[in-house]
Amino acid sequence: MQEVRRVISAIVMNESSVLARVSGLFAGRGYNIESLTVAPIPNSDLSRITIVTKGNQRIIEQITKQLNKLISTLKVIEHEEMVEKEMVLIKFPASEHLSDIQALCHAYNGGIVNAGENIIIAMAADESKRIEHFIEASQRYNPLEIVRGGIVAIER
Amino acid sequence: MKMSGAQMVCEALIAEGVTTVFGYPGGAIMNVYDAIYKQNGFEHILNRHEQAAVHAADGYARATGKVGVAMVTSGPGFTNAITGLATAYMDSIPMVVISGQVPLSLIGTDGFQEVDAVGISRSCTKHNYLVGSIEDLPRIIKEAFYIANSGRPGPVLVDIPKDITAEYGVFNYPAEVNIPTYRPVSKGNDRQIKKAVDAILESKKPLLYVGGGVVLGNASDLVREFAKLTQIPAVETLMARGVMGSDNPLLLGMIGMHGNYASNMAMSETDLIISLGARFDDRVTGKLSEFAKYAQIIHIDIDPANIGKIVDVDYPIVGDVNDVLQKMTSQLVGTVNPDRYQAWREILARYDELHPLSYNDSDEVIKPQWAIQRIGEMLGKKAIITSDVGQHQMWAAQFYPFDRPRQWINSGGLGTMGFGFPAALGAKRGVPEKTVVNITGDGSILMNMQELITAAEYNIPVINVILNNNFLGMVRQWQTFFYDKRYSATDLSFQPNFKALAEACGGIGYDVATKKEFDEAINDAIKQNKVCFVNVAVHRFENVLPMVPAGGALYNMLLEHKDQ
Ligand SMILES: Cc1ncc(C[n+]2csc(CCOP(=O)(O)OP(=O)(O)O)c2C)c(N)n1
Ligand SMILES: [Mg+2]
Repeated sequence: MQEVRRVISAIVMNESSVLARVSGLFAGRGYNIESLTVAPIPNSDLSRITIVTKGNQRIIEQITKQLNKLISTLKVIEHEEMVEKEMVLIKFPASEHLSDIQALCHAYNGGIVNAGENIIIAMAADESKRIEHFIEASQRYNPLEIVRGGIVAIER
Repeated sequence: MKMSGAQMVCEALIAEGVTTVFGYPGGAIMNVYDAIYKQNGFEHILNRHEQAAVHAADGYARATGKVGVAMVTSGPGFTNAITGLATAYMDSIPMVVISGQVPLSLIGTDGFQEVDAVGISRSCTKHNYLVGSIEDLPRIIKEAFYIANSGRPGPVLVDIPKDITAEYGVFNYPAEVNIPTYRPVSKGNDRQIKKAVDAILESKKPLLYVGGGVVLGNASDLVREFAKLTQIPAVETLMARGVMGSDNPLLLGMIGMHGNYASNMAMSETDLIISLGARFDDRVTGKLSEFAKYAQIIHIDIDPANIGKIVDVDYPIVGDVNDVLQKMTSQLVGTVNPDRYQAWREILARYDELHPLSYNDSDEVIKPQWAIQRIGEMLGKKAIITSDVGQHQMWAAQFYPFDRPRQWINSGGLGTMGFGFPAALGAKRGVPEKTVVNITGDGSILMNMQELITAAEYNIPVINVILNNNFLGMVRQWQTFFYDKRYSATDLSFQPNFKALAEACGGIGYDVATKKEFDEAINDAIKQNKVCFVNVAVHRFENVLPMVPAGGALYNMLLEHKDQ
């Protein structure tokens, strides 16, 4: 069976052990995690966990079923039609051209978030593929540090 | 009403209708034990090892269908309980285990006897809780019982820090649970059911594949009725022995690695598997690419994750097997023509004539299969049979005439040696009117033999029949077949004196070497009504057959009995 990439969102109770339950499930059953983000859902006692995974159809189906089976899971959304975004923060030396970096960021839904005496911090939020392009393009400004945020997704 | 957390635990158990708790005390759970001392709503049985306490609660649950309850302390008490939890988890047994934990303020400090119980048990419980405040305690216990015994059942752990059992609070036991994230499905989808019924009507070689879920769901009567109406033959998994009844003409036998020839051939040739609460375990399917190659599959299961996990399914039906079977049966009344499957039944009957389940009996030495058949003749329906793990377990599953569900209790999923004796204690406490026989091996029995003391102290008369082959027989069998007879670490000829061992603990011991002695010992054991070891010297090199070698196709069975 062919491997596919999937973004799966699990809506879970916002309680202390829930992330361990989810990540333990992936580790214990040998499922792959490419990216995982978690944050509380506003005005509720729920959290949203967004996982990017890879596997054949049987495995993807098992992942959604096993996630659903956790007592703390309210629902699992596995959709091909998801709008996905990822964020990245990049630190540059202040000796680089601020305006060039700014222009680059604009092309990727971003901007300068901090400019100090020694460093410039820039951000971008875009699809993962485009974030990769952004990181590539940023190389020419000698980045000091790159922090990727993991994927968040919402159904179309 | 204000009371301590410890009292709340007792009150909650009583409210849940618990009459027997198996356990072992220690520092972190002492408050609860103090409250147990002061109450008389339930009995506490002091097993002599936490693993045994959990297996006893498990055996109780399997025999009665009620939730089994065990109680242990933190740290080593809890880690000893893990094998019990994993055993129950693999076989979907409803159980609540309550463990003590170090006080909240000490959690995370490597306190004395601190271990991360919820962390360790996450993957072998259906759910687990670390109680964070006394306000949550009654609700959590209520939820634990509900989760354990609804949907696909399973063990639930409630880990309670010591300061919470000491604290006082208001006890309001909730009448109902409300867990918005947990809504097990019970009704099958009508459209799917209709399609499945049509597939049954169109098939020529349908087969009922009956699993442990039928026992757990108390659906045996419906399965028998369904089979009778349709005249569709059935195979049972290791966990489903007793569902169809041993004298049911439609029962072919047990399926899988040590299934009989007709059952495994039926699975290999059927054109429609009707799977009822079974999960296509690798010990059942053999080599997957060769498994049931000609079959469409109707898979009925309460756990959606079981469906499509191992094999592709044509008619998935998520739901309670009772609901689904009732609907299917009513649609088949008047539409199904049992004659349609006549030719198929004849083929299978011929397979069974060709290679019936058999063994070569002997007058010189007791054959283990004979011993089991003999217990069947002597006790039949009157007994509940538990077992440990190994050859004796497979022979018991093959040769005992099981007549009803919950008559056969064994660790099928995890295969836990040491399960049988404590599980037998639990079963006997749960169903005292039955004779409880643990069919065990000379290896397995030693893994929880301390339970002799428990059985003697509480007068729980369990008959342990040790089929003593001086070997870790099942492993030895694999060494014989697949490792050129290199008997690495399986020879148990250095033996304890089993008779003396039983007697040293207040039980009775019998040494048996002939059929006559066997009958005498079993009869005496029934009469004496005390815990006992019947140590039966059996043929050392007997093998469990048929056997599908691991990874082989189900239809490629080793069949012949050659005496070694
Ligand atoms: C706790 C545990 N350890 C190891 C095993 C592996 N194992 C499976 S069967 C078996 C031999 C059991 O020997 P015995 O109880 O004498 O039964 P027999 O096969 O001889 O009837 C062993 C070691 C197991 N199933 N459980
Ligand atoms: Mg043995």
